Amino acid sequence: MSETVEMAVRRICEAYGRDRTRMMDIVRDVQSRFGGVSGAAMDAIAREVSTHRVEVESVVSFYAFFSERTKGKIVIRVCNDVIDQMNGMDRVARAFSEELGIGFGETTADGKFTLEYTPCIGMSDQAPAALVNDVVVTNLTSDRARAIVRRLRENADPDRLVEKLGDGNNAHHLVHAMVMNNIGTRGPVIFAPFPSGEALRKAVAMTPTEVIRDMKTARLRGRGGAGFPTGMKWEFCRAAPGKKRYVICNADEGEPGTFKDRVILTECPDLLFEGMTIAGYAIGSDTGILYLRGEYAYLRALLEHVLAERRKSGLLGQNVCGKAGFHFDIRIQMGAGAYVCGEETALISSCEGLRGDPKNRPPFPAQKGYLGLPTVVNNVETLCCVARILEKGAGWFAQLGSKGSPGTKLLSISGDCKSPGVYEVPFGITLADVLKMVGAEDAAAVQVGGPSGQMVGPKDFGRIICYDDLATGGSIMVFGPERNVLKVAEQFLEFFIDESCGYCTPCRVGNVLLKERLSRIIAGKGEPADLDYLQDLGETIKTTSRCGLGQTSANPVLTTLKNFRPVYEALVRPNVDGLQPTFELHAAVSDAERIAGRASLHQEY
Amino acid sequence: MSATITFTIDGVEIKGRPGQTIMQAAEEAGVYIPRLCHCKELVPFGSCRVCTVMVNGRPQSACTQPIAEGAVVENNTAKLQHYRRNLIEMLFVEGNHFCPFCEKSGNCELQALAYRFGILAPKYPYLFPNREVDASHKDILIDHNRCVLCARCVRASRDLDGKGAFGFVGRGPHKKLAVDSDKGLGGTSVEASDKAASLCPVGSILRKRVGYAIPIGQRLYDRKPIGSDIEGGNGSPGK
Repeated sequence: MSETVEMAVRRICEAYGRDRTRMMDIVRDVQSRFGGVSGAAMDAIAREVSTHRVEVESVVSFYAFFSERTKGKIVIRVCNDVIDQMNGMDRVARAFSEELGIGFGETTADGKFTLEYTPCIGMSDQAPAALVNDVVVTNLTSDRARAIVRRLRENADPDRLVEKLGDGNNAHHLVHAMVMNNIGTRGPVIFAPFPSGEALRKAVAMTPTEVIRDMKTARLRGRGGAGFPTGMKWEFCRAAPGKKRYVICNADEGEPGTFKDRVILTECPDLLFEGMTIAGYAIGSDTGILYLRGEYAYLRALLEHVLAERRKSGLLGQNVCGKAGFHFDIRIQMGAGAYVCGEETALISSCEGLRGDPKNRPPFPAQKGYLGLPTVVNNVETLCCVARILEKGAGWFAQLGSKGSPGTKLLSISGDCKSPGVYEVPFGITLADVLKMVGAEDAAAVQVGGPSGQMVGPKDFGRIICYDDLATGGSIMVFGPERNVLKVAEQFLEFFIDESCGYCTPCRVGNVLLKERLSRIIAGKGEPADLDYLQDLGETIKTTSRCGLGQTSANPVLTTLKNFRPVYEALVRPNVDGLQPTFELHAAVSDAERIAGRASLHQEY
Repeated sequence: MSATITFTIDGVEIKGRPGQTIMQAAEEAGVYIPRLCHCKELVPFGSCRVCTVMVNGRPQSACTQPIAEGAVVENNTAKLQHYRRNLIEMLFVEGNHFCPFCEKSGNCELQALAYRFGILAPKYPYLFPNREVDASHKDILIDHNRCVLCARCVRASRDLDGKGAFGFVGRGPHKKLAVDSDKGLGGTSVEASDKAASLCPVGSILRKRVGYAIPIGQRLYDRKPIGSDIEGGNGSPGK
């Protein structure tokens, strides 16, 4: 290595104008150059961008894809999402581990491989899956895992692992992925053909206020799950004072079991970028940022290419579509493995080069967002709806779907069903019809909206997918009768513990305590009073947490307690002797026994 | 914008000024809202959540929420007091807090909250984390066992001392207070006279060689419960 750490860091920091708000990009580049961000590199970055070392360290230590420790040249990240576990992840993980001769979290002695687990990578419809650096490998078996390691030993280029290309743009040379789109049904809003530029030309022929009015007429609401009216959000932002405004597209699709944005980004990037540009016109912004989750890095080259094409066609850049004075361009901001960054204020923190800590509200992003300036953050699917509304008309859109929830919704369906994939359905469809559509009539439980949503049983299958009943960002995980819903809930809690930013007490501590008690019940050591304990703790977390992650993190327990109470009741036993059930004598004295080198006397009793 | 904003806390009418938080307006009116991470001299942070109140039926942290005309705020309700008690218990089990031999005992805001809420022992299991003590600085030490991640030192060093000597690393249960040096606190420019060294609510950041100057029994919260200065009508004007 001829280039020293100092030289490399200087070169990288210069490429980003020594701008500390570009810390995500700087750290990402240093990480990929050296396999880690050492203490010396952190010192050098801090010097170059004039910040404190601890600020750099706070970023490096926050994101799962960054590390101070040097990782192997190839990092294999096995997705340990609940769906992957159901589909045989354990065998795949064991095969990787045995073939590499290391455990998870370890690096081979030759520095070539690191093996890790990672939460949902957006491939639940083709699980088990893993990331090999940026390359996605899907439908894994233990044999394929072994073959992957052997091939990488022969040729260290992960791109060579892709033998059979996926469908659609997955086969595009800039994507070159084995990922399959698995589009189940195509609706008129997202998956219909889109004449690039048409919606935008209509938009710039109107006034920005008229474009916002169209969003209101269409009654478009956010597709990420919260369902905030898009027109209202834009109006607030447009009215907020600021010398500059921003449009941010939230493509940090991290909710386990969600993968619809993956398919949009692969197949409909023009529709998305057109929606972002229209949003820019409506609120008076000249800059858009697409925050792309690190797991989807394999799509970046295609997206950059589409952006370049749009610049060439005059759909981005100066005087967009010939509209004098309307300048707009889009840059891609890569994430680095943090679910919480899907929360809009955490996402803004991340774009600013900080830890992905959510911000205090108020002020809301529309008033003070990115760099303290008015910012609109919209979901990928929402922005696609925007472009389609301009193309086809607000009235056309408003008559789709159900009365309170116009339009269509993309559902990402995975788990125990015959045809997992992405389905564009009209709002108003019942859950039972969804299950029938994917061949999951024998479902015993369905997780609607991902771990932060709710686990429902057959008595709720007649309910309706819409904002007023079963609201969802689109994740639908199906569980057959043989699955243990409490184990699923336990796995979701583990996910939230790992992904909490740690800012506020209830989310940081409460979820650890919630999982401790749930695990004890699953182990058959719970008592009836534990159910009230879980309910009380869960409500505390839900009510007092600072952001959406914490406020929904207890849902796996709260919704299974509500909908699957008999499963809990069958496991807990009344405390007959009145002894403190939390106290385990053997565990309590085990450390002392180890130090003393002998068993304690109590064992005789 | 009118010069006064009128709202209610637990049915009692309160008058505040535009730009004030619920915490500030309540304090001026002699209403105590329990809190831990909040500190008058610092920008609000909103991490401990002990000051959670209901504003028009929605939970908000009183230290960060601006007052609004006609708002209905609930503070001293059985439900909120219960949640606050749970949060305080969480903070106890998350760290290693041994009040009997902590030199902050009696002056500790976490301990004082436990007294005020009548907590004898937490109902949650202790997590007994393995944490270090940083004694590398000649005049100050950090005992991470007692840190409640309130960011008072982070904020004070950045905003009042102009040093930015503290920060946070890691996330979730692994989130940890860190200093701006790989050599520990001793490698930073922090001095014993810094605000960052004096605003810790618990016994995590302590000045060396001054412990036990005031005997136990005569310390701040040994005599009066935390918050009684505000409730006594002696609330100082908010800043």
